[in-house]
Amino acid sequence: MFAPLQNSFAAALLDSDRPVPKGLTSHAASVPTKRFAVYRNNVVVSLIDALRRRFPAVERIVGEEFFAGMARVYATAHPPRSKLLVEYGDDFSDFIERFSPAADLCYLPDVARLEAARTRAHHAADAEPLAAGRVAALHEASLPSLRLVLHPSAEVVRSRHPIVTVWAMNAGEMPLGPIAEDAAEDALVVRPCFTVQVRALPPGGAAFVLAIARGATLCEAAEAAAADDGRFDLSSNLAGLLGGGALAGIAPDNTKKGFES
Amino acid sequence: MRANSRLPASAGVGFKPEHFAGLLAADQPIGFVEIHAENYMGAGGLPHAQLHALAERYALSVHGVALSIGSTQPLDREHLARLKALCERYRPAGFSEHLAWSSHGDVYLNDLLPLPYTEETLRRVIEHVDLLQDTLGRQMLLENPSTYVRFAGSTIPETEFLDAVARRTGCGLLLDVNNVFVSARNHGESAENYLDRFPLAWVREIHLGGHDEQRDDAGAPLLIDAHGTPVADPVWALYADVIARIGAVATLIEWDNDVPAWPVLAREARTAAGILDRTKLRQAG
Repeated sequence: MFAPLQNSFAAALLDSDRPVPKGLTSHAASVPTKRFAVYRNNVVVSLIDALRRRFPAVERIVGEEFFAGMARVYATAHPPRSKLLVEYGDDFSDFIERFSPAADLCYLPDVARLEAARTRAHHAADAEPLAAGRVAALHEASLPSLRLVLHPSAEVVRSRHPIVTVWAMNAGEMPLGPIAEDAAEDALVVRPCFTVQVRALPPGGAAFVLAIARGATLCEAAEAAAADDGRFDLSSNLAGLLGGGALAGIAPDNTKKGFES
Repeated sequence: MRANSRLPASAGVGFKPEHFAGLLAADQPIGFVEIHAENYMGAGGLPHAQLHALAERYALSVHGVALSIGSTQPLDREHLARLKALCERYRPAGFSEHLAWSSHGDVYLNDLLPLPYTEETLRRVIEHVDLLQDTLGRQMLLENPSTYVRFAGSTIPETEFLDAVARRTGCGLLLDVNNVFVSARNHGESAENYLDRFPLAWVREIHLGGHDEQRDDAGAPLLIDAHGTPVADPVWALYADVIARIGAVATLIEWDNDVPAWPVLAREARTAAGILDRTKLRQAG
């Protein structure tokens, strides 16, 4: 029966304190410790590499050695549950939040959330962004009840820290400089064509996008945004979403009722 | 109806996005590209756009790395459905997977792990290959593994195991010549003897790649299937010998780590293409 041996083989891969499973042989050494270590190493190092590819800004912030150590603890405690490695690390940010050696970097979990969202956006479904002209052409009276559709790649990451600035500095998009840790930034991640874009949302912008994502009308979304932040400005937010390719269309129930001119 | 593998008898490369422009430039020495299935299971974006462009110019081979055919546990139905959807989307010329396991329980281990060769595991692998081929409606190619350990409980030689799976399921074989060399050295045996016993009649594709050399606890050579260097000279020699025996067959260069610039990989592909062309000329003459 291979099943019991497969169980001990799998368990020993992720736990280096376990002995090499009985029943393995080699023509050279009587206990093939170093040979079994090739499998252990392949598994753990390949998972660390997958995390390194997905979280380059986190790695840049903490340094290669710290990242490898943190990723190793995560990989052995939280191996992938999905066969799609691009999904590995969706909850890396939650792990970082509990990882006490990184506790000083209060923004690190949210930077990880932002990078995880970037990968999801990279692989999200394609959609033609909504042209600003289509909204401009609508009858003004129809706007309050308009339901917009977000681009399939669009995602909001809210933070109490300046995550867009920290991410941009560590992704080579802007020079390193001092930051105010409590300058909150909400990020919008979107991939209108092939390139994933990250930008900071204006006040109330996150609540506005999240309301649109829930299927709220423009009026309801604007109310939710204003309640979230009194500085919310509808026209600049709408222009920002349209200009950034974050909208993919107008919900069908609007068009059916003949709101489109 | 089950469609047979129809990869062209030419050289191919494992696709890396950094080689996209090189691959689309004129006069490349290859006839097909191979992708890892699991990298193209997202909905859209650049990966699919590049794959569509490549598929317009080259034959496509889809190579799965995560199905875990060698496991004692049932195949993952969701993953089978994803493989089927990918094959329906691109209609590749070939589909291949490994004689190995890579998942256990609900954990994905992201490595090609070995299994003992027994009547029990043979039955299980045959069930899995049957199910995969029925799901995809096409012939699959099963690849021989690189191994670092063996099992005291194995009762069937690997070559006989592969022959039995091919005979009883109608699958083809993907002969990885680097894996043959790596495993033979790791187990103190002769790669030539292994190839003499290998059921070459079922081979529909060949893989070539680079390996690293280390030492085990007893100081014996321990070769690692690392895919980060050029194909080694003795592997080229084994390959030329196989091609002389079976004729030209689709031959892939795998280079997955420390990926070189396109011209370096193209040179490896050109070497394989040269060996294939000489064989084709001999066959024609």
